Amino acid sequence: MSDAVLVSTKVNGDVVEFACPTDEVLMDSLRDRAGMNGVKEGCGTGDCGACSVTLDGQLVCSCLVLGVEANGREIGTVEGLTEDGKLHPLQEKFIEHAALQCGICTPGFLVAAKALLDNNANPTETEIRYALAGNLCRCTGYDKIVRAVQATAKDLRKSKKR
Amino acid sequence: MRYESPATTKEAVALLAKEKGAAFILAGGTDLLVRMKMGLAEPDLVVDIKRIPDMNTIKTTQTGFRIGAGVSGAQLTAHKAINKAWPGVVEATHLIGSDQIQGRCTMAGNLCNASPAADSVPAMIAAGAKAIVVGKGKRRTVPVEKIVTGPGKTSLKKGEVVEAITLPKPAKRTGDAYLRFTPRTEMDIAVVGVGISMTLERGVVKKARVCLGAVAPTAVLVPAAARALVGSKLDDAALNKLVAACAKACNPIDDKRGTAAYRTRVAGVLAKRAAKIAYKRAGGAA
Repeated sequence: MSDAVLVSTKVNGDVVEFACPTDEVLMDSLRDRAGMNGVKEGCGTGDCGACSVTLDGQLVCSCLVLGVEANGREIGTVEGLTEDGKLHPLQEKFIEHAALQCGICTPGFLVAAKALLDNNANPTETEIRYALAGNLCRCTGYDKIVRAVQATAKDLRKSKKR
Repeated sequence: MRYESPATTKEAVALLAKEKGAAFILAGGTDLLVRMKMGLAEPDLVVDIKRIPDMNTIKTTQTGFRIGAGVSGAQLTAHKAINKAWPGVVEATHLIGSDQIQGRCTMAGNLCNASPAADSVPAMIAAGAKAIVVGKGKRRTVPVEKIVTGPGKTSLKKGEVVEAITLPKPAKRTGDAYLRFTPRTEMDIAVVGVGISMTLERGVVKKARVCLGAVAPTAVLVPAAARALVGSKLDDAALNKLVAACAKACNPIDDKRGTAAYRTRVAGVLAKRAAKIAYKRAGGAA
């Protein structure tokens, strides 16, 4: 039996509190205790990026963070991308460009792509491919994902100019 | 498993020294949590150092930089002055894993995990980095090359923790570089890594440090390779001597990433290329 610790954290802006076994990874806490099932488990060892979230704004693999580490910190998951039930432009472009098939990698790609665009409004294709190198997709061959991110960046730049 | 997140290094040391079971330090966790998942580490105590202010910040000091043991790759990459002073160290650290891993991984963790293929380590050694090691009641400063003693093994004693890594203030006309070879450009483990730093005077190499990674049980500082460069303007004769010295220092294994013979060959090739980059960065005419 592992010790449990009370964790108080913010997930997508909402305060969430739960008793967290000390050896539980954040990915499991988010899925099983905070109901954020958009966080997916792929490899569980930080290679595939399906569990990508932001921790205090920093992109991380939630399988490589302990749930207890989230105490007092802020987490962002794919569920936080939508606003008032409206899809984020990245989500719309992923659909438009058919940038997914089975979908298990998609939340991680969306969170990682948003982290990229938040820091770089006009990434080159090479920059996009490097930024998403920590996210594995076995369906699309990546090209459609790269196109979707490029198209989103372009639209976001246009809407900012207006 | 007990989880503790002390607020000071002193508390962390006391916790580690007191623990009778298996105690582990959690910095970025990108190695520890993988080992826990695979059953290779079964901690009774995990001490999270990321809430210790001294371990979480980069400080510019009179003698150089002090990088806290909990500072992530992303924090290091964002630090303009270190990028300018030691670009090779920043590039090497940036090679550890994906952006997700960069958000967590640390130089001190990369060092203490003691993998022969750790990317940041040859670059740190080439730059003359030191580890500030804190134990119960004492603190010592240790050259980075003295920390790792073999695969997975370090010279740290029970209760000791690396509080920070220091990088010296580079002398004028100093440049460094780190190159590694991997089959994939990202998310891969070095087949060979080479870190080089050098200081020039009127275009001639006055001082150099050459360190090889992934070609021996630990990263190896190669004084003979440095001597090959000193006194030269990186002419072919000097570079050939560098290649020969690197090959002689290699003691690699055969594994799925490369044979011993291949690693030995590549070490020389990368050393030449890294030397040219470091030379140019030091202000030498390419």
